[in-house]
Amino acid sequence: MIASRGRQPEDRTTGWGLDRVTVRFGRLTALERVSLGVGAGAVTAVIGADAAGKTTLLRVLVGAVRPSEGRVRRPEKRQVGYMSAGSGTYGDLTVDENLAFAARAYGLSRGVARSRIGELLDRTDLMAARRRLAGLLSGGMRQKLALAVAIVHEPELVVLDEPTTGVDPVSRAELWRLIAELAAAGTAVLMATTYVDEAERAGSVLVLLRGRPLALGTPEEIRRAVPGELYELGGRIDDWRAWRRAGRWRVWSPDGRAPEGARLIEPDLEDGLVMAQLAYEASQPEVAA
Amino acid sequence: MSQMATMAVSRRFGAEYAVREVAMAVEPGEVVGLLGANGAGKTTLIRLALGLLRPTAGTVTLFGSPPSRDTRRRLGYVPQSLGLYEDLTVAENLAFAARAFGHRVVAARLDPEIRASARVLVRDLSLGLRRRVAFAAALAHDPELLVLDEPTSGVEPLARARLWETVRAGAERGAGVLATTHHMSEASECDRLVVMVSGRVVASGSAAAIMGGMQTVVVTAVRWEDAFAALDDRGLPVALVGRRLRIPDRPAADVDAALRGAEVEARLEVVPATFEEAFVALARQKVA
Repeated sequence: MIASRGRQPEDRTTGWGLDRVTVRFGRLTALERVSLGVGAGAVTAVIGADAAGKTTLLRVLVGAVRPSEGRVRRPEKRQVGYMSAGSGTYGDLTVDENLAFAARAYGLSRGVARSRIGELLDRTDLMAARRRLAGLLSGGMRQKLALAVAIVHEPELVVLDEPTTGVDPVSRAELWRLIAELAAAGTAVLMATTYVDEAERAGSVLVLLRGRPLALGTPEEIRRAVPGELYELGGRIDDWRAWRRAGRWRVWSPDGRAPEGARLIEPDLEDGLVMAQLAYEASQPEVAA
Repeated sequence: MSQMATMAVSRRFGAEYAVREVAMAVEPGEVVGLLGANGAGKTTLIRLALGLLRPTAGTVTLFGSPPSRDTRRRLGYVPQSLGLYEDLTVAENLAFAARAFGHRVVAARLDPEIRASARVLVRDLSLGLRRRVAFAAALAHDPELLVLDEPTSGVEPLARARLWETVRAGAERGAGVLATTHHMSEASECDRLVVMVSGRVVASGSAAAIMGGMQTVVVTAVRWEDAFAALDDRGLPVALVGRRLRIPDRPAADVDAALRGAEVEARLEVVPATFEEAFVALARQKVA
């Protein structure tokens, strides 16, 4: 695993999180020795492809999956808010009813619930849609409702499973504003995503590859942690460490030596993830053979 | 001759126009990205382009003639759902697609990982590999037009780069490519972009041309929380990136005034907007 060497992420011990957690489902290892800190007042992201283990990790943190090994630090149940992938709202209830139902489930008094729901409808711009059935909302509106439902009880820890997947860029920007508002108010936020540009917005990022932690740190730390250099070339190069990006070719050079005619460039997070995966694959005997 | 062209094409469902007077074309060897929010009309336009829907008005041509069974043979389509048979093996899926297009599977042309999984049921494949099989099935008959709906969603960056290499190889052989995406970093893989808002094409051209030099104000404050609250309260479109804040398409003076009003100390810097920021600003303007 590639982790920041100089400095541990500051939230590693103070916040909520996972310590060397392994999860097995029968013979399948869904997560292998994953550690992650989720600090208050910050957004932490877990990035990985579909089936990388993101949902399992989130479900371990909220207490829905028991780890086979390792420890979990989480607040009491009442202080956890969880938004599952693919919404978690009732399509045949109205926006108002979904929120009222969640408020009741968390035991909010009628008066508190009313003012909290009003505030949430306002912040999510769903006031005008409050009497519409959730099932008839656009994808972006439905995700905003699901987020509001997950935070109706003002939890200390909010866990969001791919809140912006399949959501268009305009709604994504709105969801991101709501998520940042939570962090600004001191909430610990953990979110899963498949989008690199989205992980780049988080304070710290855990990269999962097939259940294994590939990298952990700030986006800056992750892209600096891979050994060697990154070069850009004008044309195609026949090398398994090369890939095409935005019309040009990039090649990772583990020993730092420059291929002919190549230009040294500064990797961004996306490059960092590609290089981390290439480094990981190079370390696997069956692939290197 | 364009691989695909629409002229003033419209499609109405009841009283609602899903696509309105759209003119666009995909030339041989060109990769065109179709961008738009949900409900902007991308899927309807793709279905019109494939000849699956008839236009209410205007015309669609594929390879210079109206869509037909004949034109269907000359195009490859990878839907978002991938369109594979999950209870058939990889080899059976590829053979089925090949038979439908009247050719044979050439094993030597398949990438080694797909070849190694030939006898595996598609439902037992990793999602990344499943996507590569779908690409292989759609590309095997050397289509002259390739239509991709959200081609790389849910895929890690290395696998995404590899998929785009496949798409590019098709374009280099002369195929035209039309790809829809929500994923703004994918826009940089396209030669040209077409942006749809509410059924209409509102911008088209290179990413740089569409962005038109838009700028973003970057705010660095000791306490980002205070700066965020101050800007958010003023209704500025503020986004958190790490511990910095970005406010696209607004004058630095407005940002400065909001921060001063709330007595938040911060450093301001003006940088070029990202493509996603430009797209969101464009979509918001046109809707308003």
